[in-house]
Amino acid sequence: MHGKRLRVLSLATLAALTATFALVFFYAPLDADQGFIQKIFYVHVPVAIVTLIAYVVGGVFAALHLRTRDRAWDLRSYVVIHIAIIFNILGLVTGAIWAKASWGHWWVWDEPTLVSFLIVFLLFATYQPLRFSIEDPERQSRYASVFAIMAGAFVPLNFMAVRAATAYVHPRVLATSDGGMPSQMALTFVVAIVAMTLLFALMCTYEITSKSTSWQLRALRRRLLGDEAVAPLGRSAAPAVDGAGTGSAPARPRGTAEATS
Amino acid sequence: MKENGTRLRWPRGHLRHPMRPSMALLRKDLLLERRAPEAVPAMLLFTVTTFVLFHFGLGRDEVAGRLAAGVLLVTLLFAAILGINRLFVSEQEEGGFDGVLLAPIDRTALFVAKACALFLFLALVELVAVAAFSILLLGPSPWPALPGLILVLALLNVALAVVGTLVSALAIRTRARDLIVPIVALPMLVPALIAAARASAPLLAADGAGALPTKWLAVLALYDLVFGLLAYAVFDFLLED
Repeated sequence: MHGKRLRVLSLATLAALTATFALVFFYAPLDADQGFIQKIFYVHVPVAIVTLIAYVVGGVFAALHLRTRDRAWDLRSYVVIHIAIIFNILGLVTGAIWAKASWGHWWVWDEPTLVSFLIVFLLFATYQPLRFSIEDPERQSRYASVFAIMAGAFVPLNFMAVRAATAYVHPRVLATSDGGMPSQMALTFVVAIVAMTLLFALMCTYEITSKSTSWQLRALRRRLLGDEAVAPLGRSAAPAVDGAGTGSAPARPRGTAEATS
Repeated sequence: MKENGTRLRWPRGHLRHPMRPSMALLRKDLLLERRAPEAVPAMLLFTVTTFVLFHFGLGRDEVAGRLAAGVLLVTLLFAAILGINRLFVSEQEEGGFDGVLLAPIDRTALFVAKACALFLFLALVELVAVAAFSILLLGPSPWPALPGLILVLALLNVALAVVGTLVSALAIRTRARDLIVPIVALPMLVPALIAAARASAPLLAADGAGALPTKWLAVLALYDLVFGLLAYAVFDFLLED
């Protein structure tokens, strides 16, 4: 079901990433002040932008889940936030490297992007523990969605507050993209954003495909071999997915013994 | 029989006012806290102890300006976490959730009541905490700063009450609620702390209270507004079973 889309997306991502790195190394000019290390900008900034947008998208998916009661939206919200946390760590690390190279410190408190990135990371890092500590899958998805909506709204607000609170040292790349950035840099940057967005979409699609495939497999096994052949589910932070198309509902882990008294 | 029947019926117009159920729930919470004080005394003791800890931790007899604002607000934030942890315990353990779900009232009434209760608890704590802070640690005189400080603390309390109530309801039925509350609530309250600290720092400056920075009050108010509306909108989903 996902096979064809996955192949196209994989090839497109590969092509875009290759193009990005080719442009970064052979086409984009060296920065006059910072030299070679400035090229990390083509990874750091797109990753940061994709992460922040993904968190908001995760919140929107969570809102759709609460509205429609469709568990598929919960899975999407979970996967988007999950991958975004990985991108977030990547953004923090590349940001720290860039800060070390251009300012001589691994961590710079007056760089709003980096600081708000850390705060956002700390908040979203609690998403998985929160899910994991709720056993009932239905309640888990509902509570996680409530969290994702609040946290999604938190992202822009936090960004604004941190930016207002810090002095400007950070190169204002986007504000000056018309005047300050040479067109060769701008082109490379745009290609890099496209590549990172594709990479993000690809990773999300892979995770969704993997999860629904293993659920499909589970449902088929149960149908063929009976309930005993399928090991009971352990506690998990990941949402339980319906075996796509088979129509059989997934078993709840250890029943709903935790129902309120 | 007949008399009983009429007595059991809701009095006419009893639930007509939309705030009526919230006020009843709030009265219940305040009564509980008055009869068996639990959260407020703990928060108070915690605050004063933390001031003492800051004295030794920072090695200072007096603080002023941004340091003073930071010490006061971070202490209040941590104290609020204690209250947030306890907020829904009676509902969870004594069946208050079922009571609210069974009653013919809107579920958000519980949110409004709990947020108001938390706001009042925090205000009560701050009444003592600010006095203790000015005696124990604050360098400059607290009097000129007081009107501005009250405004900042009121706005901060709204943020704490709104986010705290939601996080508390989120965490109460998880397995590790004491762990979930601080790790979720503290990062979420960072923007509120930034704004409150920036707004109150000039008030506590060593060379006399400066003007209240309206920009930061606006940020704090925006935070209150956004999270207040959001929490109000999504609270329903936490009470569905």
